[in-house]
Amino acid sequence: MRLLQKNIVPIVFIVLCTIGFHYSGLSWMFFANDLMTRLARNSFLVISLIIPVLAGMGLNFGIVLGAMAGQFAAFITVVYNLTGITGFFLACVLSIPFAVLFGWLTGILFNKAKGKEMITGLILGFFANGLYQLVCLIFIGWIIPISNKALLLPSGIGFVNTLDLKIWQYAIDKFYVFKLKGITTPLLKYLNNINFPVLTLIIVALLCTAVYLLFRTKLGQDFRAVGQNRHIAEVAGIKVDRVRIIAVIFSTVLAAWGQLIFLQNIGNVQVYGSHVQVGTFAVAALLIGGASVSKATIGQALLGTVLFHALFIVSPLAGKNIMGSAQVGEYFRVFVAYGVIGIALALHAWQRLTKKE
Amino acid sequence: MTGAARLEMKNISKQYYGNRVLKGLSFSVNKGEVLSLVGENGAGKSTLMNILFGMPVIHSTGGFDGEIFLDGEKANIKSPEEAMKLGIGMVHQEFMLLPGFTITENIKLNREITKDSLLSKIFGKPMKWLDLPAMKADARQSMDTIGLGIDEMLPVRGLPVGHMQFVEIARELDKKNIRLLVLDEPTAVLTESDADKLLEAMKILTGKGISILFISHRLDEVMAASDKIVVLRDGEQIAETRPSETTIDRIAELMVGRKIESGEMVGRPPSELKDDYILEIRDLSVAMPGERVKGVNLDVKRGEILGIGGLAGQGKIGIANGIMGLFPSDGDVKKNGKTIKLNAARASLDNAMAFVSEDRRGTGLLLDDSIEFNIVATAIQVQGKFLTPGKVRILDSQAMTGLATNMIQELDIRCTGPGQLTRRLSGGNQQKVCIARAIILEPNLLFVSEPTRGIDIGAKKLILDHLVKLNRDNGLTIVMTSSELAELRSICDRIAIVYQGKLEGILLPTDSDRDFGLMMAGEYHKFHGKEAV
Repeated sequence: MRLLQKNIVPIVFIVLCTIGFHYSGLSWMFFANDLMTRLARNSFLVISLIIPVLAGMGLNFGIVLGAMAGQFAAFITVVYNLTGITGFFLACVLSIPFAVLFGWLTGILFNKAKGKEMITGLILGFFANGLYQLVCLIFIGWIIPISNKALLLPSGIGFVNTLDLKIWQYAIDKFYVFKLKGITTPLLKYLNNINFPVLTLIIVALLCTAVYLLFRTKLGQDFRAVGQNRHIAEVAGIKVDRVRIIAVIFSTVLAAWGQLIFLQNIGNVQVYGSHVQVGTFAVAALLIGGASVSKATIGQALLGTVLFHALFIVSPLAGKNIMGSAQVGEYFRVFVAYGVIGIALALHAWQRLTKKE
Repeated sequence: MTGAARLEMKNISKQYYGNRVLKGLSFSVNKGEVLSLVGENGAGKSTLMNILFGMPVIHSTGGFDGEIFLDGEKANIKSPEEAMKLGIGMVHQEFMLLPGFTITENIKLNREITKDSLLSKIFGKPMKWLDLPAMKADARQSMDTIGLGIDEMLPVRGLPVGHMQFVEIARELDKKNIRLLVLDEPTAVLTESDADKLLEAMKILTGKGISILFISHRLDEVMAASDKIVVLRDGEQIAETRPSETTIDRIAELMVGRKIESGEMVGRPPSELKDDYILEIRDLSVAMPGERVKGVNLDVKRGEILGIGGLAGQGKIGIANGIMGLFPSDGDVKKNGKTIKLNAARASLDNAMAFVSEDRRGTGLLLDDSIEFNIVATAIQVQGKFLTPGKVRILDSQAMTGLATNMIQELDIRCTGPGQLTRRLSGGNQQKVCIARAIILEPNLLFVSEPTRGIDIGAKKLILDHLVKLNRDNGLTIVMTSSELAELRSICDRIAIVYQGKLEGILLPTDSDRDFGLMMAGEYHKFHGKEAV
C-alpha cells in the first residue's frame, strides 16, 4: 500500500498511457519504434536535471541556457560546414565553453536567490531567450559576419527561422543497425524490427553510469551534503556556494549535449523555438517518473522520459478516436504536462509545511 | 598535574556596542579535566563559547579583550576553522547532523577518506573516490570509544535523540587532534538514562586526556561530572569551586543571587487574593518550536499579576502563544468556567483576552503602518470599532486619531505624532504601542510576553509600572512571561516556574534565591518533596 502511495504519479501515468494506447489503435511496432527514438533523443536532457535536484536547488529550469549553448555550437558547425560524426562531436566540444559560462552565471544568480532557484531559473530562461534573440536576430550578419548568405534572412541580418542540420543528422543514431539474420524465435524476431539507435543508447548509458559514479566521489558527497542542509555543510567547512555553482555548471553542460543529441535526431534547428520548451518538458518528464523537487534518481528520469513521450505518441490519435478530434488529445497532453508540474510543486510545498509542524 | 593547563582563559572581557557582557573572566582547565560552566540565560556562557570558537559574531563586533592559552601556547583564534585546527571541538545545542546521511557519512562529513580515481589526477580532490570501508572503520572506532553500539551505516533520520547526541560526540572524537571538547547543554534533550550514559562517555574521554567544557542547567549532573565549577552571573565570574566544596543549593543561590530589595516588590501576599479563578488551564500542550509545552496545569486568580518564568527553551513562552491560538495546541482551557476553543486566535480575542507578543517586530506590529493604525487594527478587525455606522463601513479616522493621541499621552510614547510609522520607533516605544493595542480591546485578561526584552532601563520601569497601574486601577488580570526573574519578582503576585514543558512549581516573589534557582534547574522537588505544587 505504501509502495503504491509512493509511486502514485508513475502509476497514474502508466494507466493513462495504457488507455491511450488502446484507443489510439496504433500498432505495437510503430509505437515501440517511435518510443525508442524519443527515448534516445530526450533522456539526456532529463538526466541533466538530477544533479541540481540532489544539490538542493530543485528543478533546474535554467537548462534552457544549456540548450542555447548547444545551439550556438550547432550554428558554428553549420557555418563552417563541419559534417558527419566529427561535426557532431566537435559541436559537443564547442558547446562546453558556452555552457560552462552560462552555468557559472546561472549558479551565481542562484546563490543570490537561495531557496527560490526554480522560479529564478524559469524567469532566467525567458530573460536569456531575449538575449539569445538579440544575438541571433540582430548581431548575426551585422556584428558577427557570416559568409554563407543562405543562412541569413533576406535583409542579410539574423539567422533564418530553420537551419538545416542534415550535415550531421543521425550522426550517432544511424549506428542502429542491429539486424541479425536467421533469427526465428518469435519474440526476438519481433524485437529485431525495432530500430535501436545503439550508439546513442550507449552514450546515454555511459552518462547514467557517470552520474551514478559521480555520487561516489568527494564532489558528489558534497552535492548531497549541501542538498540536505546548507548551514550544516557550511559549518563542516564545505564551500557551499562553490559546490552549488559546480552543480549548475554540470547540469548546463549536460543539457547542451542533450540538446545536440536531440537536434541530430530531428535534423534541423528551429533557431527561435527549439530551446524554448526544453526546460518545462524535461521537468515534466522527470516528475512523471516519480521524482520530487528534492529527490531524483536515474531510474526515475528514464521511466519519466518513457511515460511522458508515450503519452505524446498516443494522445493525438486517442483523442481523435475518442472525441473525434486530434486537437482534444493535443490539448489533453499539454494540460497533463503542465498539470503534473503544478501538482508536483504543490505536493512538495505541502509536504514541507507538514514537516515543519 | 604538571606543566601548563590545557586551556587557560585570562581576563576575558567583551563588549557589544558599549554593553559589557563579559567582565574579566579567568579560569583554567587541566588535561583530562571537566570544567562546568553554570549560569542563567544571558549570564555570558554562549558569548564565552563564541570567543573560544572564534565565531564571526565576536570579530565583527570589535573582538574581545584578554588572552587564551592552549597547553601554554597563546592561541589567537579568529575563525571556527582555526579553532578546529587547534583541536577544539564543539557539540552544539541543536544537532548539526544531516538526516539523510548515514552515521558514518555524518561522522566523516567533509573529512571523508578518499582514494585516487582516473579523473582526480587532472581535477584534484573533488574527483577522488570515497573510501567507504575506511570511513566505516574510523566511524566504528570512534563509536566504540564512547560505547555507541549501533550499526554505523544506519541513517541518522529516525535515530533517537540520545543516539544523535552520541553521533555528534563521535564526530568530534574522530578529529584526531581533539584536545578540548565543548559540550553545550548536551543533556537538555536526553532522558535520564541517556544522560547517565553521556556522563560515562565523558569519563572515557577525559581518561584519554581530552579536556571538557561542560555547560548544563542540570545541577546534579554538574555535581556528578565536573572537576571544577565556574558560576557566571551577568557576565561576571561569581565563583570557582569544586563539587566536594559545595552543594547544589549553594550553586543555585549563586546563579540567581540578584539582590532585590523587598521594598521593590509590589506583589501582594496570598491572603489578599481570593481563590477565584479567571482561567483554568488543564493539560495544555503547545507545539511551539523551541518552546514546547508538554502538559501544563495552571490556574490564574482573578485580579492578580501572575508571572511565568523559567530558562529559555523550557516552554514558558509557549503557554501564552498556545492559549492565544498562535501555535497548534491541545488541552482544556476554561475562562470563567467556559471552555475556550483552542487553535483559533479569534476565539481567544472574542473571549476578552489580549496578548502582547514577545516577537514585537514580527507578530506584534505592522511596521510600515502608523502608530494610530497599529493601535486600533485589532479592534477594527475583531470588534468592529472605529468604523463609521451604516452598510458600507469605512475607517473613522477622527475617532482613531483621538484615541491614539490619548494613548500616546497616557503611555508616554515618544514620537512625532500619531501618524508616525512604527518602524521608526525605538524598542521601548514600539512595546508601548503593542500594549496600547491590547488595552483598547478592553480585555479582562492580558498576556504579556517578554515585555522588556531589548528595552533600555528607563522604558522598562515605565512599562512595568504601567502594567501594575492597569492591574490595580482597572482590575485587569495579567499573565506576564519573562526571562528576567528580577522583573517578575518586582511586580508579580505569584510566579510559576516552567521546566521541560511542565509546571515545576509556583513561588512567591519573596521566596529565597535558592528556591528560584533550584526550581529553574528542575531540582526543587528533590529537596522539598512534593508539597510545592
